[in-house]
Amino acid sequence: MIGKRPGSSKPSGATFADRPRREAPPKAPARKPANRLRTGPDPRTQRPGSGNRPSGVGKAARFTAWRRHHLAMAADSLARLLAAPVGSLMTWAVIAIALSLPVALYVFLNNAQLVSSNWDGTAQISLYLQDNVRDDAGRRLTQELQLRPEIAETRYLSREQALAEFKEFSGFGEALSYLDDNPLPAVIIVRPSVIGVDAQQALVQQLQLLPEVEEAQLDLAWVKRLYHIMELGQRMITALGLLLGLAVLLVVGNTIRLAIENRRQEIVVVKLIGATDAFVRRPFLYTGIWYGLGGGIMAWLLINLSLFWLDGPVRSLASAYASDFSLIGLGLQDSLLLLFGSTLLGWIGAWIAVGRHLGKIEPR
Amino acid sequence: MIQFTNVFKRYESGHEALQNVTFTLHEGEMAFLTGHSGAGKSTLLKLIMRMEVATRGHVTIDSLNLNNLARRHIPYLRRKIGVVFQDHQLLFDRSVYDNVALPLVIEGMNPQDIGKRVRAALDKVGLLSKEKLNPIMLSGGEQQRVGIARAVVNKPPILLADEPTGNLDPQLSAEIMQLFRQFNAVGVTVLIASHDLDLISRMGLRMMELSQGSLKQDGAYA
Repeated sequence: MIGKRPGSSKPSGATFADRPRREAPPKAPARKPANRLRTGPDPRTQRPGSGNRPSGVGKAARFTAWRRHHLAMAADSLARLLAAPVGSLMTWAVIAIALSLPVALYVFLNNAQLVSSNWDGTAQISLYLQDNVRDDAGRRLTQELQLRPEIAETRYLSREQALAEFKEFSGFGEALSYLDDNPLPAVIIVRPSVIGVDAQQALVQQLQLLPEVEEAQLDLAWVKRLYHIMELGQRMITALGLLLGLAVLLVVGNTIRLAIENRRQEIVVVKLIGATDAFVRRPFLYTGIWYGLGGGIMAWLLINLSLFWLDGPVRSLASAYASDFSLIGLGLQDSLLLLFGSTLLGWIGAWIAVGRHLGKIEPR
Repeated sequence: MIQFTNVFKRYESGHEALQNVTFTLHEGEMAFLTGHSGAGKSTLLKLIMRMEVATRGHVTIDSLNLNNLARRHIPYLRRKIGVVFQDHQLLFDRSVYDNVALPLVIEGMNPQDIGKRVRAALDKVGLLSKEKLNPIMLSGGEQQRVGIARAVVNKPPILLADEPTGNLDPQLSAEIMQLFRQFNAVGVTVLIASHDLDLISRMGLRMMELSQGSLKQDGAYA
């Protein structure tokens, strides 16, 4: 039994009669207000397609509506995630673990670089001069080299100085005094200002070509090895980052796929009553953003907790080597980058899921 | 307003749902579409909604040829067509109010205007007092009226109904039909698919009868 007769409290057709008509002033009699199609030009109907946008209002109003829906969907999708805390937390945890592995490696490498940067400066190139180069020529060359931008410092050791130094440090001083001749060449010791094995190697090759130089030698082959290890580490971070980033995409994509499946009925209904693709997509994209951001925050917490946990032992170890080294964590920039990256991954993952699954849901 | 010109619809399964259907439903007209189940009523409505595309012939809505309507324009077509479904298609995760508000939210109307419109529409179908309830708590007839309120809340020029009285008793059916007449009286073009011949005969309106996909009869109910 219909309790209240339609129109019993209002004149019949009240729903339509009180229609505000922004497009055309009412010319028809009040009893025959009619629909939009009868009231002359109406932007909704006159321009099929692009023209029939919401309520013939200006761009500003449309932007307001757009922004309102964005805010509403951002809040709504977050509320939905928080309404199912266990499931959301698990998704966040998976994302956090996947992200924290490459980030942790990155932090480790940063610390390793910090430790080795002290050794980095000790890389030096020895230029052994030809025997026939005279002392003043050697000194002149030393000064010339000093002017090169890729060289930080030069020092000239004449043959006599080299011999004296050798005597002092090698412990073979006695043996050398038996020799008639000074067997040592003059040396220019060069400290390069360029960093990186390749650049330093190139510098060595350049210097090798100087006519006065008999042989140029880059000391500390282990520096080279260290660089290679670091480079390997960086490559590993990149590979691991890519792989685990892909994992995050898949996790978010799959989670969003389930969310889409759960809301299939709703999607069908809103499509039936004229929702655009963007409207249907929006809540799911925000869901992806929240997953990504939440995962990023959790990864950040994981990393910082681990650092806090490791800091004590590292300090003790460092003090055992008489160093005041302590772990450096994620700086502000890296932290923001982590959060931004994870949010972006969540958003992209959602896009992939939405692109693959939303199109298939059409009213039938 | 709604124009079918030699429309054929063949599904991929090979089933010929519509064959050479031609008719025009003018602006402000109200008509019934009848026929046995499987005669093509639903297909015809789906073609108007652009849920399906004609295999041959043309479907024109408000001088818009649906055959070459781009996908991105479909939503704007659907906003012009209010649809009442046999199974209501209500969402049970939200209140009656939110169900009815949905078309306006989709159009991006501001919340104050939405409130006014939704209450006017609910008042029209006599459910103003139940706006806060979940539709699952309502009876079948009430759910149907929520569906009607949602179909008309954005004041579409066209109203389609697919077996709107399918599960209702005769008195409720008559009241629902009365609602449709009221909408028609203010200029809405109404097309109702129904096999309730008894009810149709009492309305004395134009009736189109589909039989095995063809339009067998078109005119005032004899």
